[in-house]
Amino acid sequence: MSSTLRTEGLSKRFGDFHALDGVTMQLPRGARHAVIGPNGAGKTTLINLLTGTVRATAGEVYIGSERVTSLRPEQRVRRGLVRTFQINSLFPELTVLESVLLATCQRTGAALDAWRGLDARAQEFQAARATLRLLKLEGVADVRTRDLAYGEQRLLEIALALACRPRILLLDEPAAGVPRRESVALFEAIAGLPGDLTVLFIEHDMDLVFRFAQRITVLVGGAILTEGTPQEIAGDARVKQIYLGRAA
Amino acid sequence: MRVRGLWLEAAFWLVLAAGFVLWPSRLPLASQVLIAGLFALSYDLILGYAGILSLGHAAYFGVGAYSAGLLAAHGWGEPISGLIAAGLLAALAGLITSPLVVRGTDLTRLMITTGLGLLLFELANRLGAITGGVDGLQGVEVQPLFGALRFDIYGRTAYGYVLAVVFVLFLAARRLVRSPFGLSLRGIRGNPARMRAIGCRVDLHLAAVYTFSAACAGVAGALLTQTTQFVGLDVLSFGRSAELLVMLIVGGAGLLYGGFIGAAVFMIAHHYLSSLDPVYWQFWLGAGLVLIVLVGRDGILGLGHRVLGVRRRRAGPAP
Amino acid sequence: MASLLGVLFDGLAYGMLLFLVSVGLSVTLGLMNFVNLAHGAFAMLGGYVCVALMQRWGVPFLAALPAAFIAAAVAGVILERVLYRRFYRRSHLDQVLVTIGLVFMAIAVATWAFGSQQQPLRLPSTLAGQWSLFGVDLNVYRCFLLVVGASLAVVLTFVLERTRFGAAVRASVDDARVAEALGIRVALVFQLTFAVGCGLAGLGGALGVEVLGLDPTFPLKYIVYFLLVVAVGGTGSVKGPLFAALLLGVADVAGKYYLPQVGAFILYAIMVLLLIVRPQGLVARA
Repeated sequence: MSSTLRTEGLSKRFGDFHALDGVTMQLPRGARHAVIGPNGAGKTTLINLLTGTVRATAGEVYIGSERVTSLRPEQRVRRGLVRTFQINSLFPELTVLESVLLATCQRTGAALDAWRGLDARAQEFQAARATLRLLKLEGVADVRTRDLAYGEQRLLEIALALACRPRILLLDEPAAGVPRRESVALFEAIAGLPGDLTVLFIEHDMDLVFRFAQRITVLVGGAILTEGTPQEIAGDARVKQIYLGRAA
Repeated sequence: MRVRGLWLEAAFWLVLAAGFVLWPSRLPLASQVLIAGLFALSYDLILGYAGILSLGHAAYFGVGAYSAGLLAAHGWGEPISGLIAAGLLAALAGLITSPLVVRGTDLTRLMITTGLGLLLFELANRLGAITGGVDGLQGVEVQPLFGALRFDIYGRTAYGYVLAVVFVLFLAARRLVRSPFGLSLRGIRGNPARMRAIGCRVDLHLAAVYTFSAACAGVAGALLTQTTQFVGLDVLSFGRSAELLVMLIVGGAGLLYGGFIGAAVFMIAHHYLSSLDPVYWQFWLGAGLVLIVLVGRDGILGLGHRVLGVRRRRAGPAP
Repeated sequence: MASLLGVLFDGLAYGMLLFLVSVGLSVTLGLMNFVNLAHGAFAMLGGYVCVALMQRWGVPFLAALPAAFIAAAVAGVILERVLYRRFYRRSHLDQVLVTIGLVFMAIAVATWAFGSQQQPLRLPSTLAGQWSLFGVDLNVYRCFLLVVGASLAVVLTFVLERTRFGAAVRASVDDARVAEALGIRVALVFQLTFAVGCGLAGLGGALGVEVLGLDPTFPLKYIVYFLLVVAVGGTGSVKGPLFAALLLGVADVAGKYYLPQVGAFILYAIMVLLLIVRPQGLVARA
């Protein structure tokens, strides 16, 4: 199967510190791929390099067959690579619907239209409402983001990304700070996303990871320790040592 | 809500149109207020909607004022084409300088815009042979409007002309802020990083609104030139940029009408208070500013909106 | 050749004044990320205190200087406690508005108290006059400025880099939250730094009456110069603003001497160019 997202020897150095060191990975279409690793393993750096907010020291990023290493973040977004943020990065003053509409307008190119009113944008409204339905946010469509419950804000994080119609969705700890019961529901919503969407997610909660990921990459010290199915990873002695060794 | 808003808007412009009857002896002052209101509206677009903090917006006002003045002084006295030419030149100035302004933090923007404003002021000051320097540009002769309506000493033609131009540009600005582009600007003001992450070309948006804002400011400057038949160096002064900020804040930023309300309050207060004592005026202006910010920066219009129960939007860059 | 040396000398003396006035602004901007456009008002206060003491009470110049420092520092402390403190966490727009408001008020008060004319200052005879050195006429007062500025720069550098207090300031500039967690009382550090910064501005204002002039529009007229020093020199150090101020002083004096028809144009152009090339300042913090 052809890959939608691929990296080759992706590296980032800050001075003498290797934040990420030669990461090569490949995600097929429709993958549900988790990246795990202890704090400081380079997970967020990986996301930043993939999205282009941080420039790679070495290595390449490909979306499909296209090399995107030198493209700016917003150019990568238009090629279908969209991320969410570990710490909510929303529009506090806009309503939920306005926020998603905003993201939708960026995708359709309507955002550069300064003449026709928003009200005339039936197509964008429809798409935005569909995105809200997908994440069960239609009930709070007219609530201002700053007045939303935290769990709903986490869903809006994902809704903003989905409104860009990504081919590849990068979720940076989507359940960060969400209580257990809600985080399962959140991941069920993620699992229910269209099957052809490739999802790469970082998550600390191992239960969630083993429940929802098809493949897992283990990052340690900026490099890939191992990669495999949940069963393989669960049975890997080195992974056990890292995660359980300290606890045991 | 929407319908009531529309009625209020219609009433606002109808009262202005009735100005010929309501304040016939104050038409020149009313024209000045409208011009300042348009200038403040142009500033509202970049500060209130897009969150660009600038202390040099007088640069574009001045470019428009001098363009119109120089054209009229050199024989091109036809007002409408002169106005359009001045607006386009100001837009060009905005477009050229926009890459310097849109990038960077509040502080960098503040210093760059201040620097650009001073640069232009100094340029006009030094090019005395062209601009008239500190004495101002003399010999500005504006021809009758449509070749028929002379600019009379009571300011009737001027008031009608200014009101019409301001109304047209206001309509354009109103469409802009209610369009998807306007929504994007509010998004950029709230969270530029996230805008990039959802694929927005933030710099392009900011450059576009900055250019349009510069054009509006230029037209305001040109209107001032054409209605007073004179251009002084003060059109480019730092004080004008600072006063602009005060007007918008007094009226309420990010609300479209705030600039007009602020300009009216500011200029009428200035008109009466400074005739008492200019020092007195300056002191209370400063104290008023401090107080407004201490109490909450919503301006008169924001207060009105709160009373009417309209959702308010905070202006300016996020803290 | 002689004129070149003369320009350099005048420029350096002028730069020293800019340094004294601006160094406080640079530190407060770095420390609290607070945009204080009213900083020049403290310099003006120092200038007026000095002039008033000399004119009305016959206080000698050298005794009026410390008084200018103290007056500006006290004013700084009061204003910091009453007003500025509420704005550290507010947006830059709010900070700009409040401090511009203060500038307007300061101008009005100064006009009311002293009138709008330039204030004369009679230097003591020991500081007036010229020295001739290798065929170059050196203005004694400018030599005095250079000496005072250089000594204060040395003292400030020493305090900032060698003392416990200086370490606390640097830590707070670096990361106020971490500094707080380390037990540094950032608010107190800031208050002291702010007071000293204002005091230095006051001293600079008093020393500058002879060179920069003194009238009520002072805070507005020189706002750009102070911002420029900060913009070029970066925030939170002594060396940065010193270097920037000297550079600006020389550039401005040279521009006015060699290209009088261009005037301040060059300076503003340099400012804009520098900001484009190095938005973080020429001497960015490591």
